Amino acid sequence: MKYMKEFTKGILKENPVLVMLLGTCPTLATTTLLSSSLGMGLATTFVLLCSNIVISLIKNFIPKEVRLPSYILVIAGFVTFVSFILQSYLPSLYESLGIFLSLIVVNCIILGRAEMFASKNNVIASALDGIGMGIGFTLALGLIGSIREILGCGTILGISIGNWFEPIIFFITPAGGFLVFGVLIAVVNTILKAKTNKKPKEEFGCANCPSKDVCAGKGECK
Amino acid sequence: MSNFIVSPSPHISSPINTRKIMLDVLIALVPALIASIIFFGVRAFIVTIVCALSCVIFEYLARRLMKRNNTISDLSAVVTGVLLAFNLPVTIPLWIAVLGSFFAIVVVKQLFGGIGQNFANPAITGRIFLFVSFAVHMTTWVKPFYYTNKVDMVSSATPLVNMDGVSTLDLFLGNVGGCLGETSALALIIGGIYLVIKKVISPIIPLTYISTVFILTLVLGENPLNQIFAGGLMLGAIFMATDYSTSPSTNKGKFIFAIGCGLITVAIRLFGNYPEGVSFAILFMNVVCPLIDRATATKPFGLVKNKGGK
Repeated sequence: MKYMKEFTKGILKENPVLVMLLGTCPTLATTTLLSSSLGMGLATTFVLLCSNIVISLIKNFIPKEVRLPSYILVIAGFVTFVSFILQSYLPSLYESLGIFLSLIVVNCIILGRAEMFASKNNVIASALDGIGMGIGFTLALGLIGSIREILGCGTILGISIGNWFEPIIFFITPAGGFLVFGVLIAVVNTILKAKTNKKPKEEFGCANCPSKDVCAGKGECK
Repeated sequence: MSNFIVSPSPHISSPINTRKIMLDVLIALVPALIASIIFFGVRAFIVTIVCALSCVIFEYLARRLMKRNNTISDLSAVVTGVLLAFNLPVTIPLWIAVLGSFFAIVVVKQLFGGIGQNFANPAITGRIFLFVSFAVHMTTWVKPFYYTNKVDMVSSATPLVNMDGVSTLDLFLGNVGGCLGETSALALIIGGIYLVIKKVISPIIPLTYISTVFILTLVLGENPLNQIFAGGLMLGAIFMATDYSTSPSTNKGKFIFAIGCGLITVAIRLFGNYPEGVSFAILFMNVVCPLIDRATATKPFGLVKNKGGK
């Protein structure tokens, strides 16, 4: 039960896209359609889960000096695997994701979780963290993708929502992506603020710092 | 005793306020409105009213929702609405015009903090939003006086697409296809002169902008008179590029700003995909405006530049 928190934190409280603002590049680039957003989200979730498990397993064998290249190598292995699978079984999705599929290798969410979490925690916690973060990423992308597809194309998953609706093409342009992204960040901020306001006010210290995993509570930021 | 207002200096009270300035701008827009009604019929007036009204309503609702004091009485929303309407073709479906007002007022103006804090001109950005979204509706031009001949509602290209056989006089008076408020250079110039006399705008931006376009098109072998009277240049240079919060405050900055607008306008008109570049030029220079302001900040009297570093 104590691992439940590792799983749920990625969905809203530490949502990688809407709260931590990581992985913005694939978020804006692949969310013009809901199908490609979900494809991107699920592919990333898979890589995140596998790389978190493997890195957590081998964390004691990696010398500290070369840890980042080692993480990238593990991640790149899984990305290659995913892109081969997609290329052979879902060629249309493979086409629509294009270069962003291979760029999962350098997705900062995955490397960030490897560095901040998997390299310091055991396998079960890392796996749950990976799934939770992956689902948070997929949900955020799916939300942005469905808003942009409905408003920008007048369809949802390729099915027309009716001829009465005239698509607002602005929403499938990059500028529209930024607008939807910004509005969603504002909404999530409001929700999280309302949540924290209900609790008695906590002192902002090392324990509540979003970067506490990086400095491991050394208090270096003071 | 409660009538005393405690405030920091300066204590000079000025009779000029936002409302008076905006009222002057509205008066200056009247000739162009009359011209558009003459050329494009009553629907031009309806589109203008719908835009102005929806802008005011959106401003009221946005301020209300964000629990800020209401600013609709300063008339700035009305000006935005009228300017937006002037940037639309007369055949525009009214719901699209309302959507443009929403984007201009709520997204561009109120989300960034309301009047004086918008990063770009709301009317221009609203127009670009609609132009990108509804390209067909936004580029369906009708010939002037189409309403007198209902059978044959000819749509015509804007003169910027095809300059052949368009007389400079027609362009100057506004007897050409185009957005409803932009066609009549004469009416817009009358409004501009009124604003300059009333000291609402400084003539630097419009004059520099228009002369940049004139000189560049002359050098590049176009008919410069046609180029400055056609399209949205007059409307943009006089009424939109001069917006206080999105144009530089120093004279030097204004020159740079207006020359930049002119360069981009000509580049888009002659070398770009779109026939008209005024709105994109102004939007781009709006975004660059804080940098211009910083680069041209006036030196305080007696300031010595520290050369040695540190």
